[in-house]
Amino acid sequence: MPIELKVPSVGESITEVEISEWNKTEGDSVKRDEVVAILETEKVTVELPAPGNGVITKILKKKGETAKVGDVIGYMEVDGKREKKIGKELPQAETQRETEQKEATRSRAGEKSKDATDRDRAETKETVRLMPAARRILVERGVKPEEVPATGPGGRLLKEDALRYLERVEGSKAEQPTGEKETPISPSSDVREEEIVPMSPLRRRIAERLVEAQQTAALLTTFNEIDMTAVMELRRQYRESFEKKYSIKLGFMSFFVKASIEALKLIPQVNAEVRGTDIVYRNYYDIGIAIGGGRGLVVPVLRHAERMSFAEIERAIDDFARRAETNKLNLDELRGGTFTITNGGIYGSLLSTPIINPPQSGILGMHAIQERPVVRDGQIVIRPMMYVALTYDHRIVDGREAVTFLRHIKGLLEDPARILLEV
Amino acid sequence: MAAIRAAQLRLNVACVEKEQDLGGTCLRIGCIPSKALLESSELFWRAKEDFAHHGIRAKELQFDLPAIMRRKEGTVRVLSKGVESLFRKNKISRYAGTGRIVEPGRVVVDNTNGAIELKSRFILIATGSKPATLPHINLDGDRVATSTEALSYKEVPGHLVVIGAGAVGLELSSVWKRLGSKVTVLEVMDRILPEMDRDIARDAMKLLEKQGLEFQLQSRVHEVRVEGNQCVVECEGKEPTLCDRVLVAVGRLPSTDGLGLESLRIKTDKKGYISIDKNYATSAAGIYAIGDVVGGPMLAHKAQEEGIACVEHVVTGYGHVDYHSIPNVVYTHPEIASVGKTEEDLKREGTDYRSGLFPFRANGRAQTLGQTEGKVKVLADAKSDRILGVHILGARAGDLIAEAATAMAFSASSEDIARSCHAHPTLPEALREAALAAGGRALHS
Repeated sequence: MPIELKVPSVGESITEVEISEWNKTEGDSVKRDEVVAILETEKVTVELPAPGNGVITKILKKKGETAKVGDVIGYMEVDGKREKKIGKELPQAETQRETEQKEATRSRAGEKSKDATDRDRAETKETVRLMPAARRILVERGVKPEEVPATGPGGRLLKEDALRYLERVEGSKAEQPTGEKETPISPSSDVREEEIVPMSPLRRRIAERLVEAQQTAALLTTFNEIDMTAVMELRRQYRESFEKKYSIKLGFMSFFVKASIEALKLIPQVNAEVRGTDIVYRNYYDIGIAIGGGRGLVVPVLRHAERMSFAEIERAIDDFARRAETNKLNLDELRGGTFTITNGGIYGSLLSTPIINPPQSGILGMHAIQERPVVRDGQIVIRPMMYVALTYDHRIVDGREAVTFLRHIKGLLEDPARILLEV
Repeated sequence: MAAIRAAQLRLNVACVEKEQDLGGTCLRIGCIPSKALLESSELFWRAKEDFAHHGIRAKELQFDLPAIMRRKEGTVRVLSKGVESLFRKNKISRYAGTGRIVEPGRVVVDNTNGAIELKSRFILIATGSKPATLPHINLDGDRVATSTEALSYKEVPGHLVVIGAGAVGLELSSVWKRLGSKVTVLEVMDRILPEMDRDIARDAMKLLEKQGLEFQLQSRVHEVRVEGNQCVVECEGKEPTLCDRVLVAVGRLPSTDGLGLESLRIKTDKKGYISIDKNYATSAAGIYAIGDVVGGPMLAHKAQEEGIACVEHVVTGYGHVDYHSIPNVVYTHPEIASVGKTEEDLKREGTDYRSGLFPFRANGRAQTLGQTEGKVKVLADAKSDRILGVHILGARAGDLIAEAATAMAFSASSEDIARSCHAHPTLPEALREAALAAGGRALHS
């Protein structure tokens, strides 16, 4: 009977994937849980495991084609004596791969354990009394209850019996006692341990892009510091009326977005990108805002930020942050961007060199505001100061321009009226 | 219970009881009457303090102490009669009087009509315990007295001083506090409920203080005297406390007077508890002992388990009590219940464990009851995940602990509880959540 190979649900907000690789061609035989294809979205890459042992019979969508979640991208024929094995081949190969694939197979886990449970009920004919957690472990690892010595009251097979058995059989730590991957919070453990955890696809993607940026662009960072007195004063003065009118707090981000746009207008190279041997300039300003989300760093984009008011900017960022927390951002919102602002200050960073988000050419790093002694008119005074950093692609942005860019931002924020007048 | 089980196992059973009412301390002057008073006083107190939160107004609320006492006595009577009828049903011969073992196999029952001699191959001592006191305190049976008297005060004391912050002390403190007394609890240790998990006991003390109980920890009482209508309680290094009544609740001692232990050379330990082997046999042939008189937790259900196990072992060769899963309940408001090891026990033993906590605040049923104080704590072995202890402070903790005790009797892991479906919304969901938390997988917190 042919089985459909379907695009699994990858996560909320993702409806479409690209087939990035077929590991198998028509006629290839596969084992259950073996990766047959790799699917890619902008956010994550997903492995498609085989639902059983068998042969790939048909490939409908080729490499590079796109498919919607739920689409059938191929067919396979499953062996008659399906899934008789898990236990036997488990010891070496399976354990490692299983952890790798845990994420990808999660959506199918319910289905799998259900029929496995039925099977195990039928097989044991209730001769062994399994405690619920022991049942879970044995079914997951494909071990027959009869093989495990049971020590519980009335001959019941306990979770600890199952763990002990697996530890002995596999000669290694079978699994964490809870069945989850967290590090145990053992209060008195002085054993030195290493824990090997595979990178999530998203993390891998972030890593690749950062390395790509480092390798292709000529990155350089310039610093400056901003006296935040004027902005803070302005916020203090208008906080209430702003909040009353727009039902959103007047934060710092809107000032920095506004100031950045003015600076980008002044130095258009920072808003440009290198494409082959050309430089692409834009007359629009799509500003990415780096946000630490539920699943990792995301950079949603304010489209045409130059047309947005302070309130619109604040509201959009607030909305992004909220949805980033629950991974509900749309792919569209994460795509593109001509310049990025990242605020390490919310985590207390005093100074850093951000890495640009390719193919962009600049990223502004904001940092913590700190009261520091500074000299004004020959006097030492205390002022709320923030270091700012601009990392730029030296291929198209010269040092003078980068410094001018950052000094322009400094000037605008130290005298915010200039933002209004665009001078 | 031992008598009934023995009769079920077709032994010819005689039971000697010196009190007129059957049922022992628990039924007559312990658990049952105190729970009756706790319930009455709690209803009054909730009507007064808590109904308003539910939008219910009650004016001129009053209680009738003699009626409360009559209800309590009625409850005791019903249950005592119940034991009598069980005796009749199981054809257990009851002998009223004081039993004395003259030699292995021979018991003499003394009563006002003279003496009767009984012969048996098996004699089971289940004489229980009596309230202990402190060496320098003279119990006068009226103003300075024990829990027995505190279950039947004729009027609400203006100021009651309770010596001892164990279960008995806290429960009776709660009763009289709710009925209007000022209550001061003196405890020699630096904490209340020394048998319980320290963290749970600390939370419980805060809640009880909020209800108006006054605690003086690390207070060693060295004199109690009666001056006219007042009692004076002297504590080391403190001003004397004046009060109307003193309740001495410093634990209990084995009750063995007149049994004839000495002449039979039945061994006892330093505190007077009868020494037994694992099958409850004393050092004298054919004589067994169970319950408070052999020591261990002074709990009716523990004694009952032992009685049944002892008799079963004598008759069938198998009898067993799982001492790791004996629950313990304190009927304060909210209730405090525990089974198994405390965190202190585990630390002392050096056991590697995980702790899962869940506050009743996050439980839907607790919110609907308006009783969101307290929490559930599940302690599980870090490696095997077996449940080692469960501690609950919160609404109906005494009922909730049953699930934990059952799970422990089955050597369950915290995941086993987590994988058992719990009805929603119910308080036991809090136990499930704490079990999940012990595995780092809590859903609702």
